[in-house]
Amino acid sequence: MTTKSQAVLDWIDERFPLTSTIKGHLTEYYAPKNFNFWYFFGSLALLVLVIQIVTGIFLVMHYKPDASLNAAGVPVAFASVEYIMRDVPGGWLIRYMHSTGASAFFIVVYLHMFRGLIYGSYRKPRELIWIFGTLIFLALMAEAFMGYLLPWGQMSFWGAQVIVNLFSAIPVIGPDLSVVIRGDFVVSDATLNRFFSFHVIAVPLILIGLVAAHIVALHEVGSNNPDGVEIKKKKGADGHPLDGIPFHPYYTVKDIVGVVGFLIVFSLIVFFAPEGGGYFLEFNNFIPADPLKTPPHIAPVWYFTPFYSILRAVTYPLFGIDAKFWGVVAMGAAVVIIAFLPWLDRSPVKSIRYKGGLYKAILAVFIVSFFILGYLGVLPPTPGRTIVSQICSVIYFGFFLLMPWYSKIDKCKPVPDRVTG
Amino acid sequence: MKKLLTSLLFAPLMALASGEVLHLDKAPVSTEPAALQNGAKLFVNYCLNCHGASYMRYNRLQEIGLSEQLIKDNLMFTADKIGEPMRIAMQRDEAKVWFGAAPPDLTVIARSRASEFGSGADWLYTYLRSFYRDPERPTGWNNVIFENVGMPHVLYELQGDMVAKVEEKDDGHGGKTKSITLEQGKPGKMSKEEYDKATADLVSYLVWMGEPVAETRKSIGKVVIAFLGVLFVLSYLLKKNYWRDIH
Repeated sequence: MTTKSQAVLDWIDERFPLTSTIKGHLTEYYAPKNFNFWYFFGSLALLVLVIQIVTGIFLVMHYKPDASLNAAGVPVAFASVEYIMRDVPGGWLIRYMHSTGASAFFIVVYLHMFRGLIYGSYRKPRELIWIFGTLIFLALMAEAFMGYLLPWGQMSFWGAQVIVNLFSAIPVIGPDLSVVIRGDFVVSDATLNRFFSFHVIAVPLILIGLVAAHIVALHEVGSNNPDGVEIKKKKGADGHPLDGIPFHPYYTVKDIVGVVGFLIVFSLIVFFAPEGGGYFLEFNNFIPADPLKTPPHIAPVWYFTPFYSILRAVTYPLFGIDAKFWGVVAMGAAVVIIAFLPWLDRSPVKSIRYKGGLYKAILAVFIVSFFILGYLGVLPPTPGRTIVSQICSVIYFGFFLLMPWYSKIDKCKPVPDRVTG
Repeated sequence: MKKLLTSLLFAPLMALASGEVLHLDKAPVSTEPAALQNGAKLFVNYCLNCHGASYMRYNRLQEIGLSEQLIKDNLMFTADKIGEPMRIAMQRDEAKVWFGAAPPDLTVIARSRASEFGSGADWLYTYLRSFYRDPERPTGWNNVIFENVGMPHVLYELQGDMVAKVEEKDDGHGGKTKSITLEQGKPGKMSKEEYDKATADLVSYLVWMGEPVAETRKSIGKVVIAFLGVLFVLSYLLKKNYWRDIH
């Protein structure tokens, strides 16, 4: 570095921790050298967040949160989305990136959570990272749900109607609460505008704050790895972990490979199948919202369906309160219970590599039932499907609630001192 | 004339609870300018009186190979300037009184009609070939895949009369299966083959209008994927080079 640029850097460093931040989080942040495929999804989640924010900024320039009808009898909000798709140069690309990005976000985050699950990344001392992560997942669900109302299509409208109505099942405060959420007695222009406000300002602010906390907490304790051994326990003469390598340049160049690989899949969808077979953009949502015409089947977008199935699986009223309320409780509990994983897992080992057959079998059943719940959530309910979703819901909660027991009696293998590569 | 292909099967009562099954004909969708131009002509002459296409601007028809002058002279009946969208003069509240429901905007109809039974084009292609005479309906027309539809058969002069033959069969589960087959009555201006071709062109146009950028999107996509493919190889080699000392 030349003396002049060094002088500038020194000037900044005396006033702002630039060099120390770069060192602490990149060039001297030591990450385990044995990260595998599953470790791409953290950086990819960050990438999708950036895609969503940047495309979102451009969408807001032309989108109009207005439920009133234009001269042709079409809601202004719906027409403004088609305006973006047709008349704004490049608007179709920005919009498809944003709509595909929503689904991509959930795919990446589900895989990221699965990674944490199988390698025990939530275990001590990473409990707070995991809790921040669960909160990010919750915020993401709120963000996606409110964003889905904005195109003001039939599924936007009726999906919001169904979900907001769930809150009215809460005893005593329910009916008033749902009015507060909607800002009206039905989903209307007031609802559209407040969801717009939350979607573009409030929730993104919360998300970014939580993501920052997630990463700061991670860099405080250091990353876990597929072996679940603490690399900080074995340090070399230079004081750096023997199995650690600086995040930059090693993982920056590796994550670039992951980013390009992701962008290939992402572009295949954006350019060749932006509707995602009706799962990323639902066909019914190309019909403007009509409060007088209820669609025969209202399905939430795919990423909500496992939890929606759990909600529908609860069909018994308890303590004189409607089953719908207990369904809402079950759905909420299904998300919140994830945060308790650090204290539910009593296994002596972190990683699935050293866990016994019992855990692996239970995990496999859990994953299968989660997929079944997701599949059933897109379909209209029948008595047979309801029974299947009830069984799968029991398995879902059983996986968490019985973990203190089965993780203890599981026959684990010995964990090596160093990572195995 | 032979029986038409279209039929609607009402599943037994049990299955009715989980939704009916639609049998749709596969639409031969074309992206050829000649087919799209013929479709545009049919659309403007037969559809764009009751249905608007309010997100579609006339000048965009240049993308299917029509000149500004051709559009102005032959297709613009409801607008003064070529940049205007395809609006209609009919009032929605009046239309509602006349037809029972205001005719929907058709700009993205091909996208919205897709379902697990087929693409939006398949639905439209089947629908336009499934009208039949029904004296019980106020318009005198009914449709096999859209029962009691408010829309009359506007392509009647092309297709002619279609007469329904309703058969009810025992389905073996105690329910009844209703199937409707159509037969040609008084012939129209077109033969069956010509009419199928005309509706195919019209549907192709509706598909194009639903997303005029679709072909551009795919061709840009190929370049993007090719670029990313090269970038992937380079980034992988870069990673391999950096990581050569890590064991």
